[in-house]
Amino acid sequence: MDRRNIEESSKLERVLREGHFAFTAELGPPRGANVEKVKKKISYLKGYVDAVNITDNQTAIVRMSSLVTSLLCIEEGLEPVYQMVCRDRNRLAMQSDILGGYAMGIRTILCLSGDHQKFGDHPQAKGVYDLDSMQLAAMVKKMRDEGKFQGGDDIDVPPKKIFIGAAANPFAEPYNWRVYRLAKKVKAGVDFIQTQCIYNMERFREWLKRANDMGLTEKVFILAGITPLKSVGMARYMQNKVPGMDVPEDLIKRLKAAGKEKAAEEGIKIACEQIEEMKELKGVAGVHLMAIEWEHRVPELAERAGLLPRPEV
Amino acid sequence: MIVGTRKPLEEIKAMISPYKKVLIVGCGTCVAVCLAGGEKEVEVLKNELSLAMGDKVSFDGVTLERQCDKEFLEQLSDVVDQYDAFLSMACGAGVQFLSEVYPEKPVFPAVNTTFMGINRAVGWYEERCRGCGNCVLGITGGICPVTMCAKSLFNGPCGGTNKGKCEIDEEQPCAWYMIYERLEKQGRLDQIMDVIPANNWENQRPRTVIQPGYENLYNTSSK
Ligand code: SF4
Ligand code: SF4
Repeated sequence: MDRRNIEESSKLERVLREGHFAFTAELGPPRGANVEKVKKKISYLKGYVDAVNITDNQTAIVRMSSLVTSLLCIEEGLEPVYQMVCRDRNRLAMQSDILGGYAMGIRTILCLSGDHQKFGDHPQAKGVYDLDSMQLAAMVKKMRDEGKFQGGDDIDVPPKKIFIGAAANPFAEPYNWRVYRLAKKVKAGVDFIQTQCIYNMERFREWLKRANDMGLTEKVFILAGITPLKSVGMARYMQNKVPGMDVPEDLIKRLKAAGKEKAAEEGIKIACEQIEEMKELKGVAGVHLMAIEWEHRVPELAERAGLLPRPEV
Repeated sequence: MIVGTRKPLEEIKAMISPYKKVLIVGCGTCVAVCLAGGEKEVEVLKNELSLAMGDKVSFDGVTLERQCDKEFLEQLSDVVDQYDAFLSMACGAGVQFLSEVYPEKPVFPAVNTTFMGINRAVGWYEERCRGCGNCVLGITGGICPVTMCAKSLFNGPCGGTNKGKCEIDEEQPCAWYMIYERLEKQGRLDQIMDVIPANNWENQRPRTVIQPGYENLYNTSSK
């Protein structure tokens, strides 16, 4: 594989800094060493997104590593956003993976706490949580800006161009704290944020307004999280079973009114409308589409939401 | 206090079955308070084992004031030769110290040491501290993020917090929700406005504490 120049920056960063409305999607690694499956998913996304998030043992279920899946993306010419959760690694493993990934071309990282191991396929596992997501972001920033390991030693060729991301959930209680927590992430050194799936636009606008008023959106790029609803069942599940998710009743009404056959289509329509609105909102720098196991429909969605063509940067 | 739960009878039986004469050693401090290994529990275990094992093994019982203190462990020195094995009902620290003081004697634990916690009500105990060595309770409104947050987050709450409950369980309050609420009521939210830096995990190696003023006595410095 062609390793990129050590000085080359993150593509997502270039897109954002040049003022384009960014578009990222998500790719879940397979539950095995199935390279063909990864390549297939990559082929759906390549050319249609600026970068793709590679999830890290999402929902605490073991999958092909996010590091190696990210490298497969680079090999295929798709820019990865390398996700790293705090559940499975201590600070030694995290830093060595960051350096290894950087050496092979990874330029964008997303720092997450991770779902608790209780939800996954190894509920007996010992969760690591040596650091939390903010401490992880602060560590990556120190590696990048000071050229130092978390422990203080100098790094021989630091990851100087790495672009640091984190998640934010505008909907989890206490609501009042949410914007301050965003401010904390900015203080920790986060460059961009991808939000939790947004369904309650009103609450999102409120959160965004506060972030704008506090000057946070001048310091951090916010990518709004969008997940198309596929059915009434999925919407209800998100509403009741997924912690920290806010699905308003009128969206469910819309899906119901569309009828069983057309519910998925209505879900896509809603997502496209949301994306259109996001483009107009002050403080939103792009959208992050989490179309879970729907990678093949991303191009169509991107087209309909007016996100194509993607800029050359 | 240290809270424990008694091991299942079958597990205890399997450990001591090779021996003829076993002394059950209770502890009169934490495990007595949490009803796992005090005088009463020694008596109950002795009866259960005698019934279950018939005359294959004979049991006596004794309860020391503390098994984490040599002074009390030495009270067994006169009787130690009468037994093939000890079955300790103390916490893991007590079991180890008993074993250290009588190194020639096999010692078995009858209790699973569970946590450092509080007494919510009779027979009801809750974990509160993991002995991390760098207490942050002063910042976090007296609620331990290491113990009470399922992910031991120092800068929570995570995105999974669910109407005041933790993502892992609808019954479990979210530690960081509670921290926020308490600090807000006390007008001290500024305490958590800055990022709490990575913890210095001191509970990753065996530690020794020598209190100030005692260094000379032991000719050493505290670690
Ligand atoms: S912060 Fe550490 S020492 Fe303080 S209560 Fe929590 S685990 Fe115990
Ligand atoms: S929901 Fe609250 S207690 Fe549970 S892991 Fe997240 S921050 Fe910690």
